[in-house]
Amino acid sequence: MNGASAANSPASPVPLDREFLLGLYGKMVLIREFEERVKFLFLEGTMPGTIHQCQGQEATATGVCAALRADDWITSTFRGHGHALAKGLTVQEMLDELFGATTGCCKGKGGSMHMGNMAKGMVPGIAIVAGGIPLAAGMALAFKMQRTTQVVACFFGDGAVAEGAFHEGVNMAAIWDLPVIFVCENNLYGASTRIDKVMKNPRVSARAAAYGFQGETVDGNDVLAVYAAAQRAAEACRNGQGPVLLELLTYRRTGHSRRDACHYQAKDEREAWFSRDPITRFATQLLARRDITQADLDAIKARIDTQIAQSVELAKQAPQPTLADLTTDVFA
Amino acid sequence: MKRQGIAEALRDGIAEEMTRDERVFCIGEDIGVPGGWGGAFTVTLGLAEKFPGRIIDTPIAELGFTGMAVGAAMMGMRPIADMQYGDFLFLASDQLINNAAKMRYMSGGTVKVPLVMRAPIGATGRGSQHAQSMERYFTGVPGLKVVAVSTAYDAKGMLKAAVRDDNPVMIFEHKLLYGSKGARAEPGAVDATSDIPDGDYIVPLDRAAVRRPGSQVTVLGWLLMAHFAAAAAEQLAAEGISAEVIDVRSLSPIDYETIGESVRKTGRVVIVEEGPKTGGVSAEICAGIMERFGDYLQAPVIRVASADVPVPFTPILENAYRPDAARIAQACRDLIGR
Ligand SMILES: Cc1ncc(C[n+]2csc(CCOP(=O)(O)OP(=O)(O)O)c2C)c(N)n1
Ligand SMILES: [Mg+2]
Repeated sequence: MNGASAANSPASPVPLDREFLLGLYGKMVLIREFEERVKFLFLEGTMPGTIHQCQGQEATATGVCAALRADDWITSTFRGHGHALAKGLTVQEMLDELFGATTGCCKGKGGSMHMGNMAKGMVPGIAIVAGGIPLAAGMALAFKMQRTTQVVACFFGDGAVAEGAFHEGVNMAAIWDLPVIFVCENNLYGASTRIDKVMKNPRVSARAAAYGFQGETVDGNDVLAVYAAAQRAAEACRNGQGPVLLELLTYRRTGHSRRDACHYQAKDEREAWFSRDPITRFATQLLARRDITQADLDAIKARIDTQIAQSVELAKQAPQPTLADLTTDVFA
Repeated sequence: MKRQGIAEALRDGIAEEMTRDERVFCIGEDIGVPGGWGGAFTVTLGLAEKFPGRIIDTPIAELGFTGMAVGAAMMGMRPIADMQYGDFLFLASDQLINNAAKMRYMSGGTVKVPLVMRAPIGATGRGSQHAQSMERYFTGVPGLKVVAVSTAYDAKGMLKAAVRDDNPVMIFEHKLLYGSKGARAEPGAVDATSDIPDGDYIVPLDRAAVRRPGSQVTVLGWLLMAHFAAAAAEQLAAEGISAEVIDVRSLSPIDYETIGESVRKTGRVVIVEEGPKTGGVSAEICAGIMERFGDYLQAPVIRVASADVPVPFTPILENAYRPDAARIAQACRDLIGR
């Protein structure tokens, strides 16, 4: 699994079970539709705060989380809605959180950038770039000391690689063989800055070799490729051969945050990536099978649309905190 | 003379200083990217084209670019560093506190660190990690000068004074004060525009400003709270209560001369601070007033500050966290009623 050849390396056998595949498809559509609906609610002005969205990156969260067990963990970032849905948070607890309701996954205290649910293996999103990297290594240290077979998948962006926290966290995970999958979602930009301005060697996975562990670059818009790579990584981690660095090549279809028109992205680059959309690509793959039809995919989308619409109505009515809630939850 | 908001005034101030002095340059994240934003709050928008090679976009590496700014300053440059959100100063604080602040002293007075660090603060619907009032963490550090700008006039004048100062200066700005109009204006933004004179001017880094004269109570605040204090004074005036509003503005050192003059006159003090009450700058100001002017006080000092909690996301709680004009006015009434 070295960086240079990794994008084309043979995938582990993927279960081609129809239900499993439709499940992956449904997760990606759920993430896309959730994000589109949230964007609408923000623009409409009904939803408070700010947002960082992941349209176009649905395959990374979906593929990685599909390879994890329910008792495995993830850490996430300011761009965490997709990770959360992929790890099993519900549309309702997330929308409630975005509307600041007490029924939200963090009682409305976290908001978009700190989405998480400890009961579902997701630490609240860490909005400090690279802040989750040493923390994930620490979680993996705990798993090792507790002799469990759990792993943690630590999501971060290409921008995080430049932070000191990346170096420190990754190095310690390496020297102690910790069960952590470092998942770099390389979408070519950190905020408005393109990676070629801030990395002399833009191949993120190549950094793993310098620390003495395995790294792999994967087509992050191919959900099956991501799933296969994450499965291999999780297995290595469970066998005491962690950590693993996965660099998932992808692209965000939307602005960095709320009011960003992305003028710093070249038009041809955007179009090239839009034509490699992870959901459309996977749909084409699925429709090539004899046992999956367009009607199946349409039914999934219709079911998700209804679910989201119902959840939005409930979230708008969800209970808001009272002033007494201001000072709770500071200490355990 | 022209009317400007804080973002525009800072932009002009930076451009004028860069024109005046070739050693001045800017360093930070997303500050000069073509097609980008000119920093998260547009302060450096357009400057990269005007000053090629002197608006330096960095990787996301706060410790690194701050250390580089300190090193460059020591070698004779005049860096203006841009921290995208004040909260990230925690990452940079080793270079600021252990290096920038102490170099002069440790070297027996031989090193100069003419560094400017700008950072936006304030609770603005972004949750706990993009919201903290960071000035408290730097006011007690010997060797650092700390200011907080609440008007466009001060922003430009203090920026210029900071660039010309031979010491590290931290300038805190508030996200709700950059501009209250236009596409990037924040919800809840407050008008902080000023008439900006045509010529060069500076605002000293060690003087508070009396924003509204009054006789019965002194209200001290800075950044957004200076505006809310003024609004409270307006409400109180309608009730026949005369409050003097002082924008503390220079947080380290604190201008006890201006504050003292007011306290001797009113004998009553309310200090307003966005940020947890415990360990805030208002605690220092309160102690400083007690030591110097305690004999003039007719009642104990009152602080209006945030609860001792991280900044909550949900708007109901965030609004409760942030002191407002109503709470400030009530504190003044309570104090005068004693
Ligand atoms: C320590 C720190 N520095 C800066 C920021 C501001 N910021 C938020 S997201 C971001 C870009 C992150 O880029 P990347 O890691 O590639 O993730 P992406 O946004 O592409 O998902 C920046 C600079 C931050 N949140 N934390
Ligand atoms: Mg990125």
